[in-house]
Amino acid sequence: MHEMSITMGMLDIVKEQMAKHGVTKLMKVRIKVGEMTAVEPESLRFCFEACTKDTPIEGAVLEIEEVPLTGRCRECGDVFHLEGYCARCPVCQSASVDHISGHELNIVSMEVE
Amino acid sequence: MHDIALDEKILSRNDALARENREELQQRGIFTINMVSSPGSGKTTIIERTVELLRERISMAVIEGDMQTDLDAQRIARYHIPVKQITTGKACHLDAHMIHHTLPWVFEQGKVQLLILENVGNMVCPAEYDLGEDMKVAVMSVTEGDDKPLKYPSLFHASGVLIINKIDLVKFTNFDLQRAEENALKVNPHLKVFRTSCTNGSGLKEWAEFLVARSTT
Repeated sequence: MHEMSITMGMLDIVKEQMAKHGVTKLMKVRIKVGEMTAVEPESLRFCFEACTKDTPIEGAVLEIEEVPLTGRCRECGDVFHLEGYCARCPVCQSASVDHISGHELNIVSMEVE
Repeated sequence: MHDIALDEKILSRNDALARENREELQQRGIFTINMVSSPGSGKTTIIERTVELLRERISMAVIEGDMQTDLDAQRIARYHIPVKQITTGKACHLDAHMIHHTLPWVFEQGKVQLLILENVGNMVCPAEYDLGEDMKVAVMSVTEGDDKPLKYPSLFHASGVLIINKIDLVKFTNFDLQRAEENALKVNPHLKVFRTSCTNGSGLKEWAEFLVARSTT
């Protein structure tokens, strides 16, 4: 259960940005969570609510975009959706596949006032 | 009301510190491995056997990660090599920050060619946290399921080596060594696999030679 330390890392970045931009009200944080990160969106929401409660940013919304796993075949260059780590290239059946998305754990933007 | 666009990795601080750790370690010619497994697969015993085999040949240091106690560090200290315990308290993994604070201690130990980081026993979270190591080493034992690489793929995907340990016990279990290897290679075709037993010593020399080759280049 490392969603709590991830949430705290995220809020450190959020607070730093708010101070930098001189804003005090946070409405929304948008994040991307890749399918293959061992991060449960529901747990993140729970931790976000717990960590912001009784603080100046209580009530802010956490918007999570879940990113599917996509790969590019090293042999034939095809790009496709992958069903887990073991999936092969649907065109040439190669197991040599680079993941090009699905491992994100990013803050995309914040809505502030 | 307005938007602040960021597109910043949430673990960017961890990753930035991990990069610094990696640079500092590589500059000093230290080869670093991060050993990850579920609790009880035999990580500490593998480290003990490795240290026994290699302490006359290369200089080593060990950093032990556990939630509580320095019991593992006490075990390694019996072999008279530098060892430091990190207790993570509530955290289920080591992170780059903890290692960053321990590196000055590593650099005080004189020449170190191989640094072994033993992570907290956990197959999920440590896979997400780069510590600055050169290579993650996944460990599983035959008393676990041979389907583990499929059930916890992120660790096997992120690792360079898989050690399948306790193979002397395989006859008492329904663990299929070949199937376990096939499952791991499905997740990561580039994995180098060692089969070891710390009781009868099999496979450990090959593992030790692999480390020597990487620690002395």
